[in-house]
Amino acid sequence: MLEIRNVYKTFNKGTVNEKIALNGLDLKLNDGDFCTVIGGNGAGKSTMLNAISGVWPVDKGMIILGDKDVSGLPEYKRANDIGRVFQDPMMGTVADMEIVENLAIAARRGKKRSLRWGVTKAEYDKYREMLKQFDLGLEDRMTSKVGLLSGGQRQAITLLMATIKKPQILLLDEHTAALDPKTAAKVLELSDKIISENKLTALMVTHNMKDAIAHGNRLIMMNNGKIIYDVSGEEKKKLKKSDLLEKFSSVSGEELDNDRMLLSK
Amino acid sequence: MDGILDYFGSLDPAIFVQALPGNIAQGILWGLMALGVYITFRILNFADLTVDGSFATGGAVTAVMLMNGASIWVTMPVAFFAGVIAGLVTGLLHTVLGIPDILSGILSQIALYPINLHIMNKFSNVPIKVDNYGLVFTFDSENLNIAGLLITSRDVYMAIIVAAVIAIIIMAVMYWYFGTEQGSAIRATGANPKMAAAQGINISLDKIIALALSNGLVATAGSLIAQYQGFADVNMGRGSIVIGLAAVIIGQVIGEALFKKHFNFIVRLIFVVIGGILYYFVMGIVLWLKMPPEDLKLFTAIIVAIFLAIPYLRNKRMTSFKRVVKINKKNGTSEVSEDA
Repeated sequence: MLEIRNVYKTFNKGTVNEKIALNGLDLKLNDGDFCTVIGGNGAGKSTMLNAISGVWPVDKGMIILGDKDVSGLPEYKRANDIGRVFQDPMMGTVADMEIVENLAIAARRGKKRSLRWGVTKAEYDKYREMLKQFDLGLEDRMTSKVGLLSGGQRQAITLLMATIKKPQILLLDEHTAALDPKTAAKVLELSDKIISENKLTALMVTHNMKDAIAHGNRLIMMNNGKIIYDVSGEEKKKLKKSDLLEKFSSVSGEELDNDRMLLSK
Repeated sequence: MDGILDYFGSLDPAIFVQALPGNIAQGILWGLMALGVYITFRILNFADLTVDGSFATGGAVTAVMLMNGASIWVTMPVAFFAGVIAGLVTGLLHTVLGIPDILSGILSQIALYPINLHIMNKFSNVPIKVDNYGLVFTFDSENLNIAGLLITSRDVYMAIIVAAVIAIIIMAVMYWYFGTEQGSAIRATGANPKMAAAQGINISLDKIIALALSNGLVATAGSLIAQYQGFADVNMGRGSIVIGLAAVIIGQVIGEALFKKHFNFIVRLIFVVIGGILYYFVMGIVLWLKMPPEDLKLFTAIIVAIFLAIPYLRNKRMTSFKRVVKINKKNGTSEVSEDA
């Protein structure tokens, strides 16, 4: 379970570049919610994910993960309960380390890193089985450097790393935006599968309205650091792209200004 | 013309051969120092300039402790920990106070100069005469009760053996450590801090650990070199970062050329030490050619620049704008077709 309670964050306070990024944000996700997030440029979508991850401290407000308030914890301590996949496929893995080494580092999230060997024999077999299910042929390339893989393969690995130790919440930050459409579809399908099989709670930021509607059981729309529309269940299933555009202009009083969002199919 | 002939006539190959064992011994010892540089420069991706100071700290601590009658087996660990503390300070300057990596190292390096002078009781040079201490590993019954040095230039062949054994032990420990969970976390921190943080790694702590270990190793090398040359000098670390880098880079360029895809971690470490030996081999040639010794650092800089440039230039030769033009000309496609 994740709860964001009245969270504020302003960047470059007191300068000409002052930007109120989160403006009294409230959100409560129930266990097993798979919630997609859409919104214009600078609406605060990625900022929300960074606030949850603890990339920096928020100005005010609480972030509750499971049953504890994590707003005072640094990023590396929160990471125990959070799985993340970034937009940039280079970001989530170490290019110069083997696939199995990357996975082993992720599997030790939240554990004290001891002087035992970094990858055990038993892990090889475990990870091989996991990778087999991806059907990308990665199970035969366990000792290849991740840098040799394609963007889609790297995102698949990052996805597995984010969920190899079951997180309280999985954060997907436009994780298919840098991929070609076919690969993006494959990675999205994989995300769906992993989330439903492990009954994960997830937040997925996307600029693709079709994806936002097609995936998950809930959809939120953000504007000016707040949630302006929250829809779930049957109502969400019936949503159309035009509904979202209309909703946006009626609530915010302006046109949806995200070009990428309008241009994507 | 006569001058040139005289010059070449005066070069005696025997002198070069004579100097060779000494160059090998020094090369291995500087290779140890370069292993420390490898931890920060390559693994942590942190250009740490602390080493110019911590190298001399290792020598200073060794000279003063031996002079006061301490055993070498106590002295060397203390020298190591003195280096660890220097690295710790650089790490704290960087992580806690947010000072950029190069500046943090420079600040520590500058601060260590007077500290090293204080360690040496304000003497800029303290002798470590092998006559006074004896060698630990000589089987000479007279010396058995003396504190002893590990290494001296007086017995070059013994020095080579001892330095090589120490190098092998240190490489084995590094290979083990960077394969452990903790070591893997440090490698991830250096290669992709964002990923490391997302995987719950305390990147500030890991940077501090790596800097501390690196400078500990550098100070240990400083201690051994002080023993080898028979004195510690407050200036002995000046420019050592460049020699360390030279060894790392020469080793990498040659190792990559020889091993290609099989250039794995342990081979990399071995080639750092080989890089140190090759560096001293080249220096031996330079001295043999009767270049003035005061210009040695200039040659070092030139050698490092050449080896740094090799991978870049090789890459550029494979793909460059000039090359495209050449290839197009060769294929007769240089004329832009009109009928397209």
